[in-house]
Amino acid sequence: MISKISISRFNVYQVGSLVIALAFIAGVILMVGGSPLAVVTSMGAGAFGTTDQFARVVATLAPLLLCASGLLFTFTAGLYNLGIEGQIVLGGIAAMIPIRLFQEILPAPLVIAMAITAGALGGMLWGLLAGILKVYGRIDEIFAGVGLNFMADGLALYLIFGPWKKPGVASMSGTEQFSEAIWLPTFGKTEASPVALVIALSLLLLTFIVLRGTYFGLKLKAVGHSLRASYILGIPALSQLLSAFALCGAFAGIAGSLQVLAVFHRLIPSISSNLGYLALLIAMLSGSQAWLLLPIAFFFSALNIGSLQLPLSLDLESSLSGVIQGTLVLFALLGRGFSELNKSDLNKTVNH
Amino acid sequence: MRVELHNICKRFGSVQANDDVSLIVEAGSIHGLLGENGAGKSTLVKILSGFMTREQGSLQLEGHEVNIKTPADAMQRGIGMLHQDPLDFPPLSVLDNFMVGQPGGLFTHRREVIRKFRQLAVQFNFALDIRQPVGDLTVGERQQVEILRLLSLGVKTLILDEPTTGISASQKDALFAAARLLASQGKSVIFVSHKLEDVDELCDRVTVMRQGRVVGNLPIPAPDAQLIELIFGEELAPPAKNSTCQEGVALALENITIRSDRLNIQVNHLTVQQGEVIGLAGLEGSGQQLLLQLCAGLLQSSTGCLQIKGIDLTRQPYQTYLNTGVGYSPADRLREGLVNGLSIHEHVALKTSSQGWFVDWKGTLKQAQTAISLFNIRGKPDTKVERLSGGNQQRTQLALLPVPLNLLLMEHPTRGLDIGSTLWVWQQLLARCEGGTTILFTSSDLDEIMQYSDRVIVFSGGELSEPIDAKKLTVERLGQMIGGKLHYDSPVMAKRSTKHPAKR
Repeated sequence: MISKISISRFNVYQVGSLVIALAFIAGVILMVGGSPLAVVTSMGAGAFGTTDQFARVVATLAPLLLCASGLLFTFTAGLYNLGIEGQIVLGGIAAMIPIRLFQEILPAPLVIAMAITAGALGGMLWGLLAGILKVYGRIDEIFAGVGLNFMADGLALYLIFGPWKKPGVASMSGTEQFSEAIWLPTFGKTEASPVALVIALSLLLLTFIVLRGTYFGLKLKAVGHSLRASYILGIPALSQLLSAFALCGAFAGIAGSLQVLAVFHRLIPSISSNLGYLALLIAMLSGSQAWLLLPIAFFFSALNIGSLQLPLSLDLESSLSGVIQGTLVLFALLGRGFSELNKSDLNKTVNH
Repeated sequence: MRVELHNICKRFGSVQANDDVSLIVEAGSIHGLLGENGAGKSTLVKILSGFMTREQGSLQLEGHEVNIKTPADAMQRGIGMLHQDPLDFPPLSVLDNFMVGQPGGLFTHRREVIRKFRQLAVQFNFALDIRQPVGDLTVGERQQVEILRLLSLGVKTLILDEPTTGISASQKDALFAAARLLASQGKSVIFVSHKLEDVDELCDRVTVMRQGRVVGNLPIPAPDAQLIELIFGEELAPPAKNSTCQEGVALALENITIRSDRLNIQVNHLTVQQGEVIGLAGLEGSGQQLLLQLCAGLLQSSTGCLQIKGIDLTRQPYQTYLNTGVGYSPADRLREGLVNGLSIHEHVALKTSSQGWFVDWKGTLKQAQTAISLFNIRGKPDTKVERLSGGNQQRTQLALLPVPLNLLLMEHPTRGLDIGSTLWVWQQLLARCEGGTTILFTSSDLDEIMQYSDRVIVFSGGELSEPIDAKKLTVERLGQMIGGKLHYDSPVMAKRSTKHPAKR
């Protein structure tokens, strides 16, 4: 009985916050002189108008899903892994190593497999570093992550302008493109790669299974709710935290390697394109429910691509999509917060 | 300053913390406020110092009715409180702490403040370095900084809340000298304590509280026996338990030292039999919890050795203790005992975690249902533990304890439970003792200690007594020991209590 009540209350707050968020967004659009309806149709056309545009939505979906899946592990463990951006970059850098070493020598599929594995390891290393700083250095994972993001960017720039520079002149456009044999196959001439999509979807499924059905997932949840109590109950709390960082880093690293292999075909300075931060929003919005990641990530990806159309069709800034995403997340979190708040009020009155 | 509190009432939920309490403190006197934990002393002084608001009653300072609503109100009227746990800013220096709350405009006058600080420090004979961060000081020194700060703000009534816990003997002497100096200047001091010895030594008068009421008000010196009777009230229940001791040593401690922020505990030698129940008596925070956590493997001794069932576990990791059959059931159920946010079912599932990779949700659901009916938990498998009542949380905690256990360490096993549940919990616990489990438990309920223990260890300010056969304990002796006279019948202590003949 009580749980039924709380579910419906939860929904009321969630739906309510969504309505308020949409109203707020409409208000913002009106303020900058646009029409909300026109924006919706324009963004829809921008995302789904042509196969090429739709392919770009799918291409963005893969790294978003990977990062958001990884972040579910750290969120479940009660961690805010802001270092995800750096973990993507390290994945991209690490993927370049086997490519540069073996692209002429070994068969292409093998090089691709090695690049993805290297990307996972590179991201894992960067994730573990943040974890070690958190667990043994007592540095908040948010600051450790942001610091490591800067270091990863610095490392990428150093490689692009130093040891890995293009023959002739180094430039911000990145390293030299590697041979086309190692590019991930795509749908037609678009950016969307079936391989990347399959990897992302299978890791999403894995995340769902691990978090829902295994002792590892259950322990992670316990640690995320109370480190002290978990420790006293005999759960190796610190190694659970480190594993969450390592897993998230590995997922982000794979995303980085896929950006290199499927999208850019070289290392560029901002390989992550802020996808990590966007994935943070997606994971937060999902409320740690793995099955919600796919629709939300798809929606956000469509928003991102669709908004590129805005300057052309409506003379509006494309950064409007950022405003929309941010607003949705903030109001969703507010709604969740309020429903928790009132639940505890309800409890108090019941108890007395 | 003369302070009068009349007919103060304050209620927390179902607990009447202050029930029609009146207290008069004369100017120039040191007034003791004595009573067990939870007697309502702290509530009363927090009302006087503006940290809590009263529901009924009135306050008078120097004969004038006043209304104190916030700590700032109290400070303005000359009432300052030294809190049990220092309420200061650890990363800031002594000088910065001293300057906090000083009146003044936009800019500080450091040089003048330093002069003022040194002058006060000399007057009270406190040796403090103004540049040192307060976090590096001992509790006693932090009290000194706080006292000087309060005095510089013009305090005319100083409240000291349990100030002698965790400070050295010389710091205690300095503190008492300062209190006497203040009284001689016409200020008043309210000394909140549960230690008979300290009240005896320092105070002019004492008010005794029990269960939210004032039960006595007498001049010092007063006979100890009379004070103890006032503090603890009626006769204790006689021990009712048949011994469950068995052959074989379950726990052996040798030359153990536990260090914490406030207390250092020294256990020279202690052995406990299998199946034995040891009650740890004493006011909360006297070191009982530290001993339990040491035996649980959550704290480490810096010296000596600890054996459980003959296995040396000194400086072994916590996991080894768990594998040796040690169970710990903390008092703080929602922060330490159970994982806030997880359901009963999830807790039961966590316990089966040695069985492979995947959780058997169906099988563990059955286990959870069995546990719920066996332990009479009022909740469903998917009920989150924070939504259970305190008693049902305790039952859940019991249900989660592993079987079999060699050593069970329990903090307040029946706190917040009704009589029926208490009896039921002890039935379960004693059944475990019959099976050879040794129990060490703390309780603030002396009846519970007397009723269920084979032997009792009394803690006072980090010191602990020899284990005493529960059948040989009297309420008077237990009360005296808890009040600080652990070896009250030994000649060594008799000497100490005559150390300050001037006061007697």
